[in-house]
Amino acid sequence: MIFKGKIWKFGDNIDTDAIIPARYLNTSDPEELAAHCMEDADPGFMKKMIRGDIIVAGENFGCGSSREHAPIAIKAAGISCVIAKTFARIFYRNAFNMGLPIFESNDLWDLISEGQKIEVDTDTGTITISGSTGEPLTVAPIPPFMQELIRDGGLMKHIAAKKKSV
Amino acid sequence: MGMTITEKILCRHTEHKEVQPGMLINAQVDIALGNDITAPIAVSEFRAAGGTAIFHKEKVVFVLDHFTPNKDISSARQCKLLREFARQQDMKYFYEGGKCGVEHALLPEQGIVLPGDLIIGADSHTCTYGALGSFATGVGSTDLAAAMMTGECWFRVPETMKFVLNGPMNKWVAGKDLILYIIGQIGVDGARYRAMEFTGDTVRDLTMADRMSVANMAIEAGGKNGVFTPDEITKAYVEKRAKRSYTFYESDPDAGYASVMEIDVTKIELQVSFPHIPSNVKGISQVGDIRIDQSYIGSCTNGRIEDLRVAALILKNRKAAPDVRLIIVPATPEIYRQAMQEGLLEIFLDANAIISPPTCGACLGGHMGILAEGERCIATTNRNFVGRMGHPGSEVYLSNPAVAAASAVAGRIAGPDEL
Repeated sequence: MIFKGKIWKFGDNIDTDAIIPARYLNTSDPEELAAHCMEDADPGFMKKMIRGDIIVAGENFGCGSSREHAPIAIKAAGISCVIAKTFARIFYRNAFNMGLPIFESNDLWDLISEGQKIEVDTDTGTITISGSTGEPLTVAPIPPFMQELIRDGGLMKHIAAKKKSV
Repeated sequence: MGMTITEKILCRHTEHKEVQPGMLINAQVDIALGNDITAPIAVSEFRAAGGTAIFHKEKVVFVLDHFTPNKDISSARQCKLLREFARQQDMKYFYEGGKCGVEHALLPEQGIVLPGDLIIGADSHTCTYGALGSFATGVGSTDLAAAMMTGECWFRVPETMKFVLNGPMNKWVAGKDLILYIIGQIGVDGARYRAMEFTGDTVRDLTMADRMSVANMAIEAGGKNGVFTPDEITKAYVEKRAKRSYTFYESDPDAGYASVMEIDVTKIELQVSFPHIPSNVKGISQVGDIRIDQSYIGSCTNGRIEDLRVAALILKNRKAAPDVRLIIVPATPEIYRQAMQEGLLEIFLDANAIISPPTCGACLGGHMGILAEGERCIATTNRNFVGRMGHPGSEVYLSNPAVAAASAVAGRIAGPDEL
């Protein structure tokens, strides 16, 4: 799969309260959650982003709460994928479990600025920066079990598929 | 090579004879927990996947503690959905109304989580139960849905970081200060993906309440779980509450650790975490003059009876400063009753405190004490991210209950000895 989009750049330790503040958690409706995506990190985010855009962040993206509302809000907002230097562990699980594509790249953040376009090729595991003449970057390989989850369409479908094959 | 307590508990819940860090395992779950925010998504995922019956009536627990007593119509709707599901599934442990408390205070108190258990919870502070010598970790709603269906959860066996705490604690210093100090040292991702094992002679004398405060905030260092070796103190706490058998595990002498950090506790003074990240920690002597609008004593970190006793000790015959709203939240009905019987509630009322029903409430900016733009709160809670307790322009400082109580009286962040 290929994701192509404009970059929105965030720093280190973007917590789940910044991704979707708890005051909006009295619903689990994806569209309602998406309306407040990244609100406490960048209040104007939803007004300026367009579907297909990509979030690029620093270390420990998604730290804090276990709320799956965070990847749900990002996905429903239309963000195609999130690339961070590292992810907090519960967010990492949640993203794979519910089907938000995420990638780890230690180098990308330092090489791009907000508004630039990139192309992510998930088959080759490479990121190309538009207008850059340098070599494409490689993303950290996705562990085999996570690849199974992606292939099956998330954890619940993975379990259903496993049941069928027994 | 031997195994750590974390590796042992994970191993005993699989068919493996031995596990090592990095291994991907599917493990049996003893308790799977959800709350009024996370469980509604789990229920809908469970149903969407064709789920009809949960794997065990006594092993799935719902606690409606976050936006309750229902703060608005949407919250009421989420609770109603869970109530109907719990009845339909004949769940044994469904807590709401006057039996409900903050989940991570309630489950140990009620003997639902026990030493040696493997516990997952769709709430990041599920790691609290590591204080009992269990493996407990936070997961998302989909993981909860999968466990409700299969009784299993997948894990990558974490490496363990060992924290050796030695020496007596200084006056007023509590478990909260130990963990704030550690987070200040290693950062909010210092233990990312890893187990945090707490040991040393300080730990041997630590009360269960203090151990729970420490384990509770393992997630604030990015940890997968926090864990203590169960001992006589654990036994005294658990034996009167447990209604099923439990197992004490301990790390083998030749277990492998990713790192070992020795901490001289005698050098740790009262700690305050400044906005907007828990690792932004300073000793009380370095705080300076910070006026506050609110002091919040409660939460899964510090809403236990021991915490309220410390607060009462400081608030007795004193009053909250006129400009400070002091909110005290006993974490469970049992703690509430105990506080009443010990006369603590009267001390709080005399100090002009607001006594809240047990709820997660304002800790996560839900209700019962939200902050306006520009307001500052000192809180015994666990997070001080931007907008955590209200307006994105408000500020949260984290401390132990003694500092929060003293600050309420002083009208600025202060230690008890400054009064």
